[in-house]
Amino acid sequence: MLVITCPFCGPRDEREFEYCGPAAPPRPEDASVVSDRGWVEYLTSPPNPVGPVEEIWWHKRGCEAWIRLCRDTVTHEILPTREVRK
Amino acid sequence: MADAAVSRSRSQRYSAFSLLAGAFRQHRGWRPAWREPPLEQCYDIVIVGAGGHGLATAYYLARHHGSKRRIAVLERGWLGGGNVARNTVTIRSNYLRDESIPFYVKSVALYEGLTKELNFNLMHSRRGMIDVINTWPKLREIRRRRMVMDLHGATYRPISVDEIRRRIPLLTGGGPQSRLPILAGMLHPDAAVNRHDAVAWGYARAAGGLGVAIHQNTEVKSLLCDESGAVCGVETSRGRILAGKTALAVSGHTTSLTDTAGLRLPLRSFNLTAFVSEPVRPVLDCIVNCPDLGVYLSQSDKGEFVIGGAPDPGQSFRRDIRQNVFEDTVCALLELFPSFKRLKLLRQWGGHLDMAHDASPIMSPTERPGLYISAGWWGGYKAIPAGGMTFAHLLATGTPHPLMEKFTLDRFPHLDFIIESGTTAAV
Repeated sequence: MLVITCPFCGPRDEREFEYCGPAAPPRPEDASVVSDRGWVEYLTSPPNPVGPVEEIWWHKRGCEAWIRLCRDTVTHEILPTREVRK
Repeated sequence: MADAAVSRSRSQRYSAFSLLAGAFRQHRGWRPAWREPPLEQCYDIVIVGAGGHGLATAYYLARHHGSKRRIAVLERGWLGGGNVARNTVTIRSNYLRDESIPFYVKSVALYEGLTKELNFNLMHSRRGMIDVINTWPKLREIRRRRMVMDLHGATYRPISVDEIRRRIPLLTGGGPQSRLPILAGMLHPDAAVNRHDAVAWGYARAAGGLGVAIHQNTEVKSLLCDESGAVCGVETSRGRILAGKTALAVSGHTTSLTDTAGLRLPLRSFNLTAFVSEPVRPVLDCIVNCPDLGVYLSQSDKGEFVIGGAPDPGQSFRRDIRQNVFEDTVCALLELFPSFKRLKLLRQWGGHLDMAHDASPIMSPTERPGLYISAGWWGGYKAIPAGGMTFAHLLATGTPHPLMEKFTLDRFPHLDFIIESGTTAAV
């Protein structure tokens, strides 16, 4: 079980949170110059590292904040680079 | 003819007679079931991963597409120790999409004849599966699934709550007083279970008999690319191996390998929960699946309950199960089977698998010539025979098998997704 530190509520049980998918990379600025392949990668191919991955969690059963956090896919360690999603 | 080739090339055939003869020799004369030839520098086809899919692919390649090719299967650990041992051995074909159902119907049919074909007892038991439905949306979805399945000759029919309780006397929960009372059920008579070790060993033995070289303890570290970007082999823990074609059948680690060739794929890896109870007397003669509560189970021939739950939230490369997922699964199980409260649990495991963007498998050539992948098998145990057969076809001919032609990587640039809701029982 993970302990996720919510920026508003402090460390809380994972069960209060809902996993909401990988954090999307920034949307390409100028759509006209993006290749088909670039779009497909942007839409369908998030990073799948053996190691730290950026993801979005929702504090559903708490303050309902959306949180961006970096979690290790092997150790489950949550790295201290979290921030509220703007 | 192919059958004759198989039996000629085998060193020993298993039968009641050979067992009896072995007993008279005090079981001293048995030879190893598969060859362990020395590792060569170069093969025509290298298959990475000696799991169910990798071994089945090697077998069907050697059997259906000529045995002149030099084929090697490379395995990081030991044979049958990967995801082929980390699942819940559920074999079924109740899928939703027109593209998926014929493939899984074929796979279930191949499994039924496999014990005879491989001359290896898979302990195949066609015992049927009962879906227990607790919510109206799921009931509507599953009725829709039934109509699609009717078109493809798969069997799926509704049964009443009384019929569920008659067929599964232990299922005493989910009554009118419970939070989610059981509304109806669906019976899928084609569903079966079998022995996972025997599937790996049976395919390995048959493939070995046809000349396939299986190398255990040979970890593939990276893919080798030539100047043009084509994949020309693999770098392993035992040195460099060149290959005309490199085929990946490595489940959750597909992207770890394709990353080494700079290739991005629409796959993410997850960990799926399963655990098993102590053995008890036979009390459950079918597979029970409850998608609304998120649990499915069957009883093995040894008497253990094999119980599966939901995947862990978030990407994962772990092979244990998460405490909260485990507790949720146990709660769902006790909701249906209150008498399991006193059951002790023996072991737990997670199988890590990769899921494509649309939750359907990917069997495809890639933009790197020489590299082929069979991935995204979210619940791929049931797909082993047909997956191996179709992947062998792709490797031998260069074109996808008719059953799998919609499942190439081409579907992503065209946004032609096959969004599959029947993929895993608990989602």
